[in-house]
Amino acid sequence: MKGILKIAYKLLVNDKGKFAALLVGITFAVFLMNMMTSMFAGILNKSSATVINIGARMWVMDPAVKTVASSIPMPDYVLDAVRSIKGVRYAVPLYSGGALVKLADGTYQNVTVLGLDDASLFGRPQLIEGRIEDIYSDNAFIVVKDSEYPKLGSPKIGTQFELNDHRVVITGLARVTTSGLFGVPTLYTTYTRAIQYIPNPRFTLSYILVEPKSRAAVPYIQKQIKALGYEALTNEQFMKKISNFYMYQTGLGTNVFLMTIISFIVGLSISGQTFYTFILENLDRFGAIKAIGARGRELVYMILFQAAFTALIGYGLGIGLSSLIIFLAKLRISSYAAMVTYRNLALAFVMVLVIAGISSYIGVRKVIKIEPFDIFRG
Amino acid sequence: MAAAENKNLAVKASGLVKWFGEGEAKTVAVRGVSFEAYFGEMLYIEGPSGSGKTTLLSMISGILRPNSGSVTVEGKDIWNLTNDQLADFRLNTVGFVFQDYHLFPRLSTRENVAIPLILKKVGWDEAMDRAIEYLEVVGLRERAHLQPVKLSGGEQQRVAIARAIASRPDLLIFDEPTASLDGDTGRRIVDFVKNNILNDKRCIMIVTHDNRIFEFADRIMRMEDGMIKGMEKGGNEK
Ligand SMILES: Nc1ncnc2c1ncn2[C@@H]1O[C@H](COP(=O)(O)OP(=O)(O)OP(=O)(O)O)[C@@H](O)[C@H]1O
Ligand SMILES: [Mg+2]
Repeated sequence: MKGILKIAYKLLVNDKGKFAALLVGITFAVFLMNMMTSMFAGILNKSSATVINIGARMWVMDPAVKTVASSIPMPDYVLDAVRSIKGVRYAVPLYSGGALVKLADGTYQNVTVLGLDDASLFGRPQLIEGRIEDIYSDNAFIVVKDSEYPKLGSPKIGTQFELNDHRVVITGLARVTTSGLFGVPTLYTTYTRAIQYIPNPRFTLSYILVEPKSRAAVPYIQKQIKALGYEALTNEQFMKKISNFYMYQTGLGTNVFLMTIISFIVGLSISGQTFYTFILENLDRFGAIKAIGARGRELVYMILFQAAFTALIGYGLGIGLSSLIIFLAKLRISSYAAMVTYRNLALAFVMVLVIAGISSYIGVRKVIKIEPFDIFRG
Repeated sequence: MAAAENKNLAVKASGLVKWFGEGEAKTVAVRGVSFEAYFGEMLYIEGPSGSGKTTLLSMISGILRPNSGSVTVEGKDIWNLTNDQLADFRLNTVGFVFQDYHLFPRLSTRENVAIPLILKKVGWDEAMDRAIEYLEVVGLRERAHLQPVKLSGGEQQRVAIARAIASRPDLLIFDEPTASLDGDTGRRIVDFVKNNILNDKRCIMIVTHDNRIFEFADRIMRMEDGMIKGMEKGGNEK
């Protein structure tokens, strides 16, 4: 068995031109698929940045909310009602909204403002400069030092600017795990200051962050909140909801899906076609091996091996190449939204196997049918 | 040859018939051929182009299924074997040297010769060592690492012979071995086969038009239009 596969390997690899063409086809397909799906994964991940950064176990919101950024404020009584539900360890308010900042040089910049519960500061970011207590001093805001940070003129502790005609003093620089999708800087302050600085319609409560007493309490809490006319989601459910929105309601998902399918088809046709030509050109050889005494099964193994070997190398090259490009892009543009996930790797792998499977199926059919006699008659 | 008189039966073909195509396009290539071949003999098959020689030998070597008739090799009715058994028969019992050699251009000479051994599941390294020995037999040891395209026609023919004998077949079949060789080279190869490859446990059948090599034959079977038109003693016996 091993020997015959070695022969198959040599027949494949020693035909350098064909082998290179096969690899190019598969590498290209894997590269495209991985790029597309990684970009999508990156975008989805960033779209849930706030959910990831705040880190609450459960989020209470208006059922119509689709993404974190577009919150629908709830009346204050909901917070009291949530707090009184059995199984809730604690519940705190979160303000999330947009504001306009006027920088020292007179230019304007959009920002996202997150207002944390005054008492607990639940969901606070990790400070890299400054002290968290200073958030309680006058006009205090913490700025997130991410790729959007320079858009505020790279403020330092003590830097001042105007936010909706209120004075803002930076008292801390923070780091978060995931930066947002929309390319605007993020400021943290207290809930009270946020609703005081940013004009709001009747209600101010963007989200309620809930810590359940145990995992088991989650369904009960969800039921109770549903009875109130609101929705309580675990962080995973919320992220899923946001992903679903981008995937199914924005055209983004459809586009990425189409591109992935197209790259699959391109890869399949290049590799399938090349593999088929390879088999055709080697039909004599397979015929000779059959005449010498190979069993049908052995010929099938040879072809499967050739297809699988090419597929695996092409997969490795494609993944390597796309990962390298994503890595380089991230070095240059730190907010570049692409993320190589295991799921995408698995998806690309499955598609490569399908490509190899279809290509070898065509080859196998051809080879099984060879009559060595037709070849030797000359 | 003494062995031929021993009548040690190697092959028995009875009533072989083979046609191709259907209806208008139907060609009957072999129409009822029966003969016997013996161990230790060199049997020639001669006849005009299209007379069915290749078709006949293909049926005898387990490559082409006849429409009717039977082939018994060493007492085995080969066309009643399963596909896998038939493959094993081709591997273990027959060595076929094809007219166009059908060597593998992407493999070295040595690897080409080792193919039957590898199919027999001999380990790679041992197969390579043994391939060298067979190349030695045909006088091409120094060419072991070259690709077949780098060899002359006569040398390629010898590689094909080395490959055919590598599986130690009892039945060795050559289809026009000298067709693409000049007269001298052809003679030398057949002479070589006669003296080095033929033995009394082996039967060799050769299809040829080349009367310069008739002298090596034990018997010559003449074919015409899919039928046997005569069987005579070869030049060897005269
Ligand atoms: N696959 C096929 N389809 C149709 N006809 C075929 C096929 N194979 C052989 N024939 C026909 O069968 C007849 C015998 O062919 P075969 O190749 O056995 O002749 P041959 O004696 O070996 O001739 P040559 O000396 O030219 O090699 C020819 O008429 C040929 O055209
Ligand atoms: Mg012929």
